[in-house]
Amino acid sequence: MASRGGGRGRGRGQLTFNMEAVGIGKGDALPPPTLQPSPLFPPLEFRPVPLPSGEEGEYVLALKQELRGAMRQLPYFIRPAVPKRGTTILIPKRPPKNTEDKEETIQKLETLEKKEEEVTSEEDEEKEEEEEKEEEEEEEYDEEHEEETDYIMSYFDNGEDFGGDSDDNMDEAIY
Amino acid sequence: MTQAEIKLCSLLLQEHFGEIVEKIGVHLIRTGSQPLRAIAHDTGTSLDQVKKALCVLIQHNLVIYQVHKRGVVEYEAQCSRVLRMLRYPRYIYTAKTLYSDTGELIVEELLLNGKMTMSAVVKKVADRLTETMEDGKTMDYAEVSNTFVRLADTHFVQRCPWVPATENSDPGPPPPAPILVISEKDMYLVPKLSLIGKGKRRRSSDEDAAGEPKAKRPKHSTDNKEPIPDDGIYWQANLDRFHQHFRDQAIVSAVANRMDQIFRSLPVGYNISKQVLDQYLTLLADDPLEFVGKSGDSGGGMYVINLHKALGSLATATLESVVQERFGSRCARIFRLVLQKKHLEQKQVEDFAMIPAKEAKDMLYKMLSGNFISLQEIPKTPDHAPSRTFYLYTVNILSAARMLLHRCYKSIANLIERRQFETKENKRLLEKSQRVEAIIASMQATGAEEAQLQEIEEMITAPERQQLETLKRNVNKLDASEIQVDETIFLLESYIESTMKRQ
Repeated sequence: MASRGGGRGRGRGQLTFNMEAVGIGKGDALPPPTLQPSPLFPPLEFRPVPLPSGEEGEYVLALKQELRGAMRQLPYFIRPAVPKRGTTILIPKRPPKNTEDKEETIQKLETLEKKEEEVTSEEDEEKEEEEEKEEEEEEEYDEEHEEETDYIMSYFDNGEDFGGDSDDNMDEAIY
Repeated sequence: MTQAEIKLCSLLLQEHFGEIVEKIGVHLIRTGSQPLRAIAHDTGTSLDQVKKALCVLIQHNLVIYQVHKRGVVEYEAQCSRVLRMLRYPRYIYTAKTLYSDTGELIVEELLLNGKMTMSAVVKKVADRLTETMEDGKTMDYAEVSNTFVRLADTHFVQRCPWVPATENSDPGPPPPAPILVISEKDMYLVPKLSLIGKGKRRRSSDEDAAGEPKAKRPKHSTDNKEPIPDDGIYWQANLDRFHQHFRDQAIVSAVANRMDQIFRSLPVGYNISKQVLDQYLTLLADDPLEFVGKSGDSGGGMYVINLHKALGSLATATLESVVQERFGSRCARIFRLVLQKKHLEQKQVEDFAMIPAKEAKDMLYKMLSGNFISLQEIPKTPDHAPSRTFYLYTVNILSAARMLLHRCYKSIANLIERRQFETKENKRLLEKSQRVEAIIASMQATGAEEAQLQEIEEMITAPERQQLETLKRNVNKLDASEIQVDETIFLLESYIESTMKRQ
């Protein structure tokens, strides 16, 4: 409702419509000016209605969670190919030809490396199709690129994993 | 597509199909129709990955393809179809209520796999049902087939577009992509199959976790290499049919509630006399809800169900409910008043609602800035002078419904993100708990003592257990909220669609 230009210029303070018509009487206190964007979590005036409970609600909820888990196991869930750490480069087994161009050798190495990656990622997917639910699955993710952050995952390490996760022998106390 | 819808699609695709499919899917939703190489180039993804992603998306009816001039094949994503993934649990549950467990699993398999042959569905479902049965009992293929046929007859499942049988009259080169057809009359035609067999249990010896699985069993082929009798005949769930059912359900329950309000004292039995039925119908027809209309008097009058009005009433009720829960019951009273009277001046609102001016103003502005109510100018004089213009408050149901729908998409996106955040925060603890469960399960299988099991269980401390409990409770709440919001989305979308059709 504020006039354009902050009231500078001619006809300052004039509005294009009649204030009284929308219920602002003359001399009424206007609400305080807005100096910042509204809070991210504005205070809740009224408690939300409770969610429907009951057999149907429970069943549909369980269904939803089951479906989510099931879809992750199906072959339609495509995980990004893991570039293996320390990729072994297959060196062609033949006496190095001095006549061969450096460029050609590099190209050959690259194609072989790509082929190996393709094969391993294909193998990975086949394995995933057959394996039952296993936690090791999580390791197929490239840890470096697991989340949508710019930092590699080791940045977030806080020493928790230090000392190894040894579940085998729990007799000893862990300090 | 609005940003909110795209965001929600992105979350759904990523959660169900992974990042790569998400990247390709969202790109197509944003840019529209594109050929293969353009997708690869624009997203910086290898051709191989793009192909895999497109396969998954097409398989699940989320992307379609078209052959354009000069043989270029373009792929197009269906954003609204992606959003339907939110409703999968509801479709499956509905199938359960109508066709019991067999129907439930058939629809579930079709939704999980996108498209399947009938023989594959029957076999899979028979296997799954057999797993749940007592030792020695199996599910017969015939029984599953019967349920499948019933689902097809009632149109809950339908044929996917198929490759037409060519007469080889045109011996030219094959088109770059098969051109698929559908025909109304064949869409629910079940092939004549004689599927004979029983469901098989998974033999427990196959599941020695340590060693390799007995044979690398690819998921799609049958155990014995028989030719698939209905190869090429694929089925999918018919979501529109489910929507029809939901809509009918919503209307019926709304009317039932209404009837309850009016006739709580009257006994309602199946042998209603003609006169009483007449009275009911008249009351329904006169009811301001306008669900039932009377068209003509011949033969005692014909009653029709006015679908559009019914959907409008449901949408309006939704809006009222939201205003009530967000702004309080006095605001809701004003809202209903403006709805009823269509246009009201500031003064009139104060008088009719019997709410003091200052409060009424405050409430009206709250609803105005929330876009539930709008202001309409009616000039008294041709010069539109402000002092001689009416300013009327009114509710534009269509635009308020659109606004609310948009908010629903945002809400669900927030719910999903929060749920993922909660899960990620507790990732370590969750993994530990899963490991412990796996250890306990394997120990139980090899017959361990109670004391040993106890020891393992104690690996999870009491505060950790508490944390897991809280996490479970929160995740359940967030999931249940998603389901709830999707119900609202369905109502609003149905109303908006019905309104747009009439324009």
